[in-house]
Amino acid sequence: MKKNQRSFAGNLITYGMVIVAFILCQIALSGAIDGFKMSRSLKGQLVPICVYIVMAVSLNLTVGISGELSLGHAGFMSVGAFSGILASQWIAAAFPTVNLEIPRLLAALATGGIVAGIAGVIIGIPVLRLRGDYLAIVTLAFGEIIRNLLNCVYVSLDGVAVHFGFLNSVLPGKMLINGPMGATGVEKLAFFEAGFLLVLFTLFVVLNLIGSRSGRAIMAIRDNRIAAESVGINVTKYRMMAFVTSAVLAGMAGALYGLNYSTVQAAKFKFDTSILILVFVVLGGIGNIRGSIIAAALLTVLPEVLRDFGEYRMLIYAIVLILVMLATNNPTFKAAVARLIPHRRHSDAEKEADRA
Amino acid sequence: MKKILVAMLALAMMMTACLASAEDAVKIGVIGPLTGANAQYGLAVQRGAQIAVDEINAKGGVQLEILAEDDQADGELAVNAYNKLLDDGVTMMLGTVTSGSCIAVSDVAYEERVFMLTPSGSADVITDGKDNVYRICFKDSAQGTASAQYIADHGLATKVGVIYNNALDYSMGIYQSFQAKAEELGLEIVAASAFSDDTNADFSVQISQMKDAGAELVFLPIYYTPASMILQQADAVDYAPIFFGVDGMDGILGVEGFDTTLAEGVMLLTPFSADAQDELTKNFVTTYMELYGEVPNQFAADAYDGAYALAAAIEAAGITAETTPEEACEMMIEAMQNVEITGLTGTMHWDATGEVEKTPTAVVIQDGAYVGAM
Repeated sequence: MKKNQRSFAGNLITYGMVIVAFILCQIALSGAIDGFKMSRSLKGQLVPICVYIVMAVSLNLTVGISGELSLGHAGFMSVGAFSGILASQWIAAAFPTVNLEIPRLLAALATGGIVAGIAGVIIGIPVLRLRGDYLAIVTLAFGEIIRNLLNCVYVSLDGVAVHFGFLNSVLPGKMLINGPMGATGVEKLAFFEAGFLLVLFTLFVVLNLIGSRSGRAIMAIRDNRIAAESVGINVTKYRMMAFVTSAVLAGMAGALYGLNYSTVQAAKFKFDTSILILVFVVLGGIGNIRGSIIAAALLTVLPEVLRDFGEYRMLIYAIVLILVMLATNNPTFKAAVARLIPHRRHSDAEKEADRA
Repeated sequence: MKKILVAMLALAMMMTACLASAEDAVKIGVIGPLTGANAQYGLAVQRGAQIAVDEINAKGGVQLEILAEDDQADGELAVNAYNKLLDDGVTMMLGTVTSGSCIAVSDVAYEERVFMLTPSGSADVITDGKDNVYRICFKDSAQGTASAQYIADHGLATKVGVIYNNALDYSMGIYQSFQAKAEELGLEIVAASAFSDDTNADFSVQISQMKDAGAELVFLPIYYTPASMILQQADAVDYAPIFFGVDGMDGILGVEGFDTTLAEGVMLLTPFSADAQDELTKNFVTTYMELYGEVPNQFAADAYDGAYALAAAIEAAGITAETTPEEACEMMIEAMQNVEITGLTGTMHWDATGEVEKTPTAVVIQDGAYVGAM
């Protein structure tokens, strides 16, 4: 009972943290307080930050909760981005007279999520037969295959008719996706509040899944597959559940990302992007949702803040990553943090009490 | 945790806070890949622009300052760099360098009314319908069309093969327009073969395809590094058609370990050649070599001309460091259309669409140097 209460309180802290950060951003955006005004640079990054938070939290579901090392998360993001863009553009063409910005954004998010979810099922069936390193390699390959396929896809819109071409770039009407040139002329529909709501939605889905019966089954499989099977847990079903949920959320993040820029190219979603998101998850703590949020936000902002260091920027970025890794694994540092934050000490004391 | 987050956010905001200083130099933002796989292009632009600005400042009159930011040829980072540059008080942009990020930035710049002159972003959509986005280089479709026209006009071949990079927007853009124009002119494309960045080391399949189809001329709308490999590997199988390139081919003679005799007879359409004998090019190449120890490529030349074009327009419009980007944008649009400069890449002027008008020149490589082709 007590444990349940504590995890509920933990979830509330997570939601509260996101909401407080959002309110602070809004205050800074409005410029109501002198000297507390957001720079253009940070303002432009608000939507990407939301996107990366969703990506990190959803990958944490696969890596941390389900215990599968996935290296192709950017693949789901790209599927979501391109299908989301198609959906929003098609609606604009089908209903030219009405202003449907919000419904189009929602439709794009839904389409991105559904298409990425379908991709997740298709990939999941063969992939989830594998374990450990093999699973990592296959997901890596999946990410690369998706990227190379998208480089060959041409989609055009002629009135309301959608034409698809594979390796065939001569299509009637206006090109929506033009092979390696990607999607161009995308109408920018994404905005910060939508990103914030998507983060809340993701947290709601992931935290509820973790706290549910299914979530406990997923974690049981992660901890000991044979024991879980022996008590009658359907291993394939629960692994699939975590994998596909993660893919759907990544697809939605991708759709939001795609609609935040006037152009998206498949080359953006290469292996590096998958690794970047994995870095967010690892630095934030595997299985730690709150950590993923903080790591994704800070590590997205950090390279931009470091621009003042000129050409040493990426060097400093790498050093910061190493230092964070060392520091968070250092018992002395952990103890120091525990002393600094009273809440921590309290919960530690509580833990001691529990143990005693 | 909350406190840490708030503190970090506040810190981030302070560090990127507006740094509007009241110097008299007009600040110009350069956005390009200064690190990563495409760094050579971004660095070339930054250096070319810097050389031009140093010359302009030395003359007195309009004073300029270049602020360069890295985008790693990525749209997201390019928009970040754009915002950062505006935070730092730039008045207009000389960029971005690569097409993909240029499309992303030009859209934002159009909405926010910031004047942009891209030295080397060649995708057609960059300037489409945007009155404040101008360009120094030719657009992709113009290059493809001009190449097909040149081949047909000079009767170089009737059977044409194309090797292109289907993962590169630049290459695809030129290929698509070349294909359309070739069809119109009655050139027969007997073989078209693609490669991607992941398979750019071995071209034996593509070359044998060209050879089997009997292509008399092979059109290479690609950058010089893969082109140099194609020339080497074609030579190894004794296949010697006419090779025809575009501006991305410029630089092929400088590839390390490349036997320049293989490039003998290669033709390319390029507005700039580092071996040209005019005074302007010679001075530029000497300065560039002194400062950076390498031969400047076309990107550097485009940026050099871009900086001069901006300087001319800034002077004509009377823009000062105090002019806001929005005001400067409208003044620049008006001034740019009356600017005519003679730079490294020819004599150029602009129309209201933002496209440059200058003559593409075809050169042929003879004895390891560019010679003007007729």
